[in-house]
Amino acid sequence: MSDGTIEKISESNVILQKSFSQDNVLLSIENLRVWFELRRWGFGHAGYVRAVDGVSFDLHHGEAIAVVGESGCGKSSLMKTILGLYKPIEGSVIFNGKNLVDLDTRGMRWYRNQVGYIQQDPYGALPPFMSVKRILEEPLIVGGIRDKTERELRTRKVMEEVKMFPVEDFTSKFPHMLSGGQQQRVVIARAMILEPKLIVADEPVSMLDASVRVEVLKLLRGLQESHNLSFIYITHDLSTVRYFSERVFVMYAGKIVEKAKITDLLRNPTHPYTHALLAATSDPDAKNAATFKEVPPGEPPSLVKPPPGCHFHPRCSRMIPGLCEVQDPPDFEPETNHFVGCWLYK
Amino acid sequence: MSEAKLLRIENLKLHFRTTQGIVQAVDGATFDLSYNKAIVVVGESGCGKSSLAKAILRLLPRNVHTYSGRVFLDSTDVMTLGEEEFRQQIRWVKMSLVPQAAMNALNPVIRVGDQVAEPAMIHLGIKHDEAIAMARKMFQNVGVPEDFLIRYPFELSGGMRQRAALAMALVTSPNLIILDEPTSALDLLTQANIMNVLKRIKQDLGTSYILITHDIATSSELADEVAVMYAGQIVELGDTYRFFPAPLHPYSIKLMASVPRLRADQEPDFITGQPPSLIDLPVGCRFAPRCPSRFDKCDQDPPVINKDGRQVKCWLYV
Repeated sequence: MSDGTIEKISESNVILQKSFSQDNVLLSIENLRVWFELRRWGFGHAGYVRAVDGVSFDLHHGEAIAVVGESGCGKSSLMKTILGLYKPIEGSVIFNGKNLVDLDTRGMRWYRNQVGYIQQDPYGALPPFMSVKRILEEPLIVGGIRDKTERELRTRKVMEEVKMFPVEDFTSKFPHMLSGGQQQRVVIARAMILEPKLIVADEPVSMLDASVRVEVLKLLRGLQESHNLSFIYITHDLSTVRYFSERVFVMYAGKIVEKAKITDLLRNPTHPYTHALLAATSDPDAKNAATFKEVPPGEPPSLVKPPPGCHFHPRCSRMIPGLCEVQDPPDFEPETNHFVGCWLYK
Repeated sequence: MSEAKLLRIENLKLHFRTTQGIVQAVDGATFDLSYNKAIVVVGESGCGKSSLAKAILRLLPRNVHTYSGRVFLDSTDVMTLGEEEFRQQIRWVKMSLVPQAAMNALNPVIRVGDQVAEPAMIHLGIKHDEAIAMARKMFQNVGVPEDFLIRYPFELSGGMRQRAALAMALVTSPNLIILDEPTSALDLLTQANIMNVLKRIKQDLGTSYILITHDIATSSELADEVAVMYAGQIVELGDTYRFFPAPLHPYSIKLMASVPRLRADQEPDFITGQPPSLIDLPVGCRFAPRCPSRFDKCDQDPPVINKDGRQVKCWLYV
């Protein structure tokens, strides 16, 4: 294990590395467990769905992180807990020094002004009977801004920020009149309008066309930098992560198995699951058709009865018998600021 | 015309009638496909690629305005066949479809095995027991455990349901399978798995594929040829070895540049503007309003140019 400095990576379009100090933490998550109780016949206890099982990380002011994982790995539950929609059964979400569980109704209202949410499916997230203007004004009305001209000014400003020009053309339109990319811009504008400090984006581009995807990602990246926002980007697509965030967390079966800077992760992936994800991501290349991909056998485990020890061990080709299936691996640090939950690196 | 072609499509048109006007969903598609090859049709949503699949399989909705052109399958002109003949001789016998979101296309109240066996019973007139045996064999081919035959769709994961839908398309051993977005709703590892299954089937059974998708990166796992579709027309057609490194049509170039890459340091770009409405199409080249290399001639409809065996519909290559 080296405790020296990381070698400098100079790759042309990998985003600039920022330095973050410890006192600059916006959101701190400690040993978070979100379990959902299963009921038998409506009242008997039948175990738990361990959607998030011991997740800890710190998010700094102005930092963008990505959470990568397959469906059912608990990334949406993690996100909804951060948004305050689910209550954790253990652990804490601390935002700006305030624990989310301690907040009362007024506190939660303040918190919801601080956190914006970008949904995955823009069409499903926008009420079909409201015009763009109504949709964007709604958070302001709920947020207690009575002055109509101020509301109009802020709506206008945020629409310009998401590059919906000319603003007049869009204000009276309804969601079905907009293209997918424009709908997603409205969703982004709605998340931005209360000037939050943190934005949580759940697969913000997965429903969009390839040609628009990059445009929306660049827009988000621009907003993140110009407003110094903290950003949690949830995705299953590793190839977009490098254009978006500094750090990436790989999640598998309720746990974060690898935490690293995106450059380090791509240069030196450590966890066998990360290896599998990277191998499964294709780049357009005619040679791909000639070879078969290496895919770990089986499917992600049930979160009701996850396998003992490391959750990935039944699918892992590098499993250490007598260790991996017995003991849950702690986080090891094979290089500075690169953490991996795998016994191979003890 | 060479004899070795499995499928040949000439000037295929499919227009729909709507209250707003005529939708030119497929407007003069021409391409051919050899035995044991895969062609991928890529394009943005609303470019008519799913309509192309429907037009080839003649699964038409009621509001068809124009349906013309010629489709040769195994050198039979299938457009001359009547609906009943087409159903008996072609659909599911010689070509079948894995529909979009196939994992949700299964009937929830029928056992998976019975659903997979059904095309064999209906189209080939095979008895139930025998058809189930065929379904069992197909389950082995696509990598679904055999005991899933008696399960219901809700008991299967998304990837397994997708495989079951694939088994349903394969059970009658057609030469050609049309795959409409076969992996878009699946997880990364499941996607890679399904692509492996498709490759294996292509190797072992000699099946040809028409793969319809917007995901160029994943489609490169399977494709031998690429057809780029824009606003109802095929604007470029060529083999993958030459297309991926150097596409010709300005739209293809832009589209390839918009794919984020994991292994190359290349900032992805996007295409400004939006694709035109298929009701109110621009005169001349349909990509011209968004095209960076537009010039005077683009006001006229460009011809299809044959450039070293690749076809491109653009004035730049005249």
